[in-house]
Amino acid sequence: MPRNVINDFVVKFANVNGSGSASANQLFAKSILRMGIPIASRNIFPSNIQGLPTWFEVRVSGEGHLGRRGGVDLMVAMNPQTWDRDIAEIDAGGYLLYDSTRPMPASRFRDDIQVIGIPLTQICNASTTDARQRQLLKNIMYVGALSALLGIEPEVIEQLLAEQYKGKEKLAKPNRDAFHRGRDWALKNLQCPLSLQLQRADAVGDRIYVEGNAAAALGAVYGGATVCAWYPITPSTSLAEAFERHCRRFRTDPDTGKKRYAIVQAEDELASIGVVIGAAWNGARAFTATSGPGISLMQEFVGLAYFAEIPAVIFDVQRAGPSTGMPTRTQQSDLLSAAYASHGDTKHVVLLPEDPRECFDFGASSFDLADRLQTPVFVLLDLDIGMNDWLCEPFAWDDSRRMDRGKVMTAEELEAGKTFGRYLDMDGDGIPFRTYPGTHPQKGAFFTRGTSRDRFAKYTEVGAAYVDNMQRLLKKFDTAKRLVPHPVERHASQPTRTGVIYYGSSSAAMKEALSALEADGIHLDALRIRAFPFHDDVLDFIARHDRVFVVEQNRDAQLRSLIMTEGNVDPARLIPILHYDGTPITARFIRAAIADRASAMQVVPIGAAAE
Amino acid sequence: MSFLPKPKLHHPKLPVNELGFTRRDYEGAISTLCAGCGHDSISAAIIQACWELSIEPHRVAKMSGIGCSSKTPDYFLGASHGFNSVHGRMPSVLTGANLANRELLYLGVSGDGDSASIGFGQFAHSIRRAVNMTYIVENNGVYGLTKGQFSATSDKGSKAKKGNVNTDEAIDLAGIALQLGATYVARSFSGDKAQLVPLIKGALRHPGPAFIDCISPCVAFNNHEGSTKSYDFVREHNEAMNQLDVILGRETITADYAPGEVREVTQHDGSILRLRKLHEEYDPTDRVAAMHHLHERKAAGEIVTGLLFIDPDPQDLHEHLGTVELPLNRLNDAALVPGAAALEKINAALR
Repeated sequence: MPRNVINDFVVKFANVNGSGSASANQLFAKSILRMGIPIASRNIFPSNIQGLPTWFEVRVSGEGHLGRRGGVDLMVAMNPQTWDRDIAEIDAGGYLLYDSTRPMPASRFRDDIQVIGIPLTQICNASTTDARQRQLLKNIMYVGALSALLGIEPEVIEQLLAEQYKGKEKLAKPNRDAFHRGRDWALKNLQCPLSLQLQRADAVGDRIYVEGNAAAALGAVYGGATVCAWYPITPSTSLAEAFERHCRRFRTDPDTGKKRYAIVQAEDELASIGVVIGAAWNGARAFTATSGPGISLMQEFVGLAYFAEIPAVIFDVQRAGPSTGMPTRTQQSDLLSAAYASHGDTKHVVLLPEDPRECFDFGASSFDLADRLQTPVFVLLDLDIGMNDWLCEPFAWDDSRRMDRGKVMTAEELEAGKTFGRYLDMDGDGIPFRTYPGTHPQKGAFFTRGTSRDRFAKYTEVGAAYVDNMQRLLKKFDTAKRLVPHPVERHASQPTRTGVIYYGSSSAAMKEALSALEADGIHLDALRIRAFPFHDDVLDFIARHDRVFVVEQNRDAQLRSLIMTEGNVDPARLIPILHYDGTPITARFIRAAIADRASAMQVVPIGAAAE
Repeated sequence: MSFLPKPKLHHPKLPVNELGFTRRDYEGAISTLCAGCGHDSISAAIIQACWELSIEPHRVAKMSGIGCSSKTPDYFLGASHGFNSVHGRMPSVLTGANLANRELLYLGVSGDGDSASIGFGQFAHSIRRAVNMTYIVENNGVYGLTKGQFSATSDKGSKAKKGNVNTDEAIDLAGIALQLGATYVARSFSGDKAQLVPLIKGALRHPGPAFIDCISPCVAFNNHEGSTKSYDFVREHNEAMNQLDVILGRETITADYAPGEVREVTQHDGSILRLRKLHEEYDPTDRVAAMHHLHERKAAGEIVTGLLFIDPDPQDLHEHLGTVELPLNRLNDAALVPGAAALEKINAALR
C-alpha cells in the first residue's frame, strides 16, 4: 500500500468531446477549491466540436503551485478511443478509474498501477432511460465516486449544485441523486479513501478561479472600450464573446434598453482591425481579439496606425502556428510579430500578463496606454492563460480612477487659439495632440495619412520632414517605457551572478521551479518582464548578472532576440530555455533544463565563458 | 492640374448658402491629379452638393483607401477631418468611425481598384452591414497611379492604351450594391454634373448605405479608342433613367410637370427626392426590377445611369445593433465603467 499523499497529486480526465463532461469536471475542480485547497486546471482539447478526445487535468497543490506539473496520479479514463495512451500516461503506482460495465481483457491494463472499476453505465442505465441524461449523469456519477475515493466533502458538492441550479430544482435533483449514487456505490464497494487524499485547508484565501479571456474582456469593459470588432479564431473567440456577455450585463441602458457598446463580427481580421482603427480615430475606445494568423493579416493596418498615431488595442491569444497548425495548443510565439508588426520601421507596445488578474489589469490599462501614446497596444495572452481557469488574486478597481484619454485638443482650446499641429511635439515627450473629427467649425481639422506630411499634417515628401517624424516616434517609444508595467524582480536567497528572465504564462511554472532549484543549490535572481518596450530595469538586471537564462515557450527564443536587439546585449550572456511542444511549460522542464545548463556552466570559471 | 495656389480672397458677390458659406468654403487643397481627370469633376460635384445642402463642413468625415480617387478627399472640404487609409480598406475604417460617432456624415471615396479588386470584400460587407454612409466609387476602369493596368470594372473586350484586350468579366459595383441591400444606389458620369450633383445630395441625405458608381474617365490611361470608360464612349452609351432633384422640405415647387412625368419619394428626414422620369416604366423603388433592368440594358450595350434604387425608409447598422443615441465617443466613465462594487460581485461568483 503506497503512503498517503495529502493535497498534492494530479487527476486527469479523459473524455470524448461533446459528451457533457466539462461541467462535471468543473464541479470536481471547484469542490476542491471550496475545501480551501489550491488547484491548477487545464483543458487539453482538439480542434473539434464533437467526437474527438479531450482531457481535463487537475493538479491539486496544497503548496499552491499553479503551473502544470506533468505526470498523472489518477486517470479517469472515460474514452475507449484513447485508452492505451491514457493508461500509459499514469505514473507507476498511480490509479486508473474506469467504467467497468464492459469487461476489459487483462492485457489492456498495466501491472504497476492500481485499477478501480466502477460499472458507471450500468448504474446509470438502471436509474434513467433518457439517453442524453444517461450520458450527462454518468459524468456526475464519477464525481460522486471520486468524492468518496479522494475525500471531497459531499456538502461542498451539494452547495455547488445548489448554486449552479439556483431556482431550478428540477435540474438540481437528478444531478444531486447521480452524485450520491456514484458516491454510495464507491463507499459500499471500494476501499475508500485512496492514498491520494484531500484535506480541508485554508490556502485559497479570497482568490478567484477564472479564465484569462473572460478576465481580459472584463478589463476591456472597465477600460471603457465601446467598439469591438473581431473575427472568430481559436483561442481568442471566448474573449469577444465574454465582452458581449459582460456588456449586456453592465452596458445596457436601464431606461431605453439600448447598448453603450457596439460589437461587429467582421468578415475577416483585416476588417476587424480596420473598424478598430476607424473607431479609435473618431474617439471611441476600440479593440479586437485574435490569434497569430489574425496578427499576420492585420500587419498593414497596424503599420498605418503606428505612423498615423491612432490608438488601438489588440488582444492576441497566442497558439501554436500556423493557421493549419495546432490551434488548440499553447505557445508564446507571436512576440516578435507583435513587437515589430508591419512594414517600414515600426515597433509596438506589447503587454505580457501572467494570469487572469493581470489580463484584467492590463486589459483595462491598455486603453489608457493606447490613448496616451496614440499607438497600437498588443496584449499578449496565450491559450494556457486565455482558455483555462486559473486561481488568481481577485479583480480590484479604484472608483476614483478615470479614463486617461491622452492629449485630445478640445473646441475650447482651439477657440482660445492654442497651437494645433497634429504631429507637433509640444511637451517634449514625442506625443502630439490630436482632435476628434467634428470638434470645431474652422480649426483643428487635419487629413490623416501614413507619413508624407509635416508637423502640421500638410502633405510633403521631403526627406527631412520624414526623418523628423521618425525621430519623434522614437522619442514617443521612449516615453512608453516609463508608462508600461514595470518588470518584477525576485531575489534569490543568496547572492548570485546568475539570473533568469521569464514572462506570461511561464510564470507559475517558473515560481515553482525557482524554489526547486534553490533546494538543488542553484540560486537565481528572477525577473518577470511585463511589457515591451523594456524598462531600464531589464537591462540593468542583465548587467548585474553574468549569465541570464531566458525562459519562453517558442522555438526561436523570441524574447531573447528582442532583448539582444533592443538592449544591444551580448548573445552569449543570454541562455535560452525553450519549451514549444504546444503543452504548457512545466516546473519539471524548467528545473531540469536549467540544472543541466548550470552544471555544464560550472565547468568553466564564472565570467570566463563570456569572452 | 493647377500649379498655382488659389487666392483665399474671393469675389464679394459669390453666393452664400444658409450657413453664410460660399462654395469656396467647401474647397480643399489643390488637386495633384492630371488636368481633365474625371475625379476632379466629382470633387467639384461634392463641393457643390455640400454647399447646396448647407452642410457644416466639419460635421463630415471623409474616408478613402489608396489610389488616384482616394487622394481626392484632400481636394474638397478642407475643414473636415479626412482619413486616407489602406488600399481597399476604407469601408472598415468608415464603419468603425461611424460606430464611434453616429452624428457625423460619412463620405467614403474609393476607386475601382480599391473597391472592386483589393477591397471587394470590404465594399460588399460594409453595404450588407448597412452602414449609414455615402460611398462613391470613382470608376475609371484602370489603375492610374501604377500606369494603366486593367481593373476589375474594365469591360470584357475593352482595349488598354497599350493595345491589349481585357478578357476578364467586369464587376458591376452598382449591381452588387443592389444585391447586397444598399438602400440608395445610383450610377452617374463625372462628365454630367447636372445629373451627378443631385445624386450626391440625395445620397448625403439618405440615412442608410448609399452607393454611387460614378464613371470617371482617366485622361492619362483610359480615354482612348477601344476603351469603354472614355469620355466619348460613355457619352454615346449613357442611358439616364431619371433626373433627380433633391428638395428640402421648405422649398416650394416651381416647375410644372405633366402628370406621370414626376415621381416623388419622401425620405425619413422629410427631404423629398423628385425624380423626373426619363424612362416611363422604370420604378426606382423596386429592387428586383432594378437589378433586372441593369442586367438587361448592359447586355444591350447601354450604361444605365440615374437613381437606380431608393428605399425611402431604410435602417442602418446602429439600428441593427441597438446602440444608444449619444455617440459612443462621448460616453463617460459613469456610463461605461461598472465600478468596484460590481466587480466584487463578479469576484464572489468566481470563488
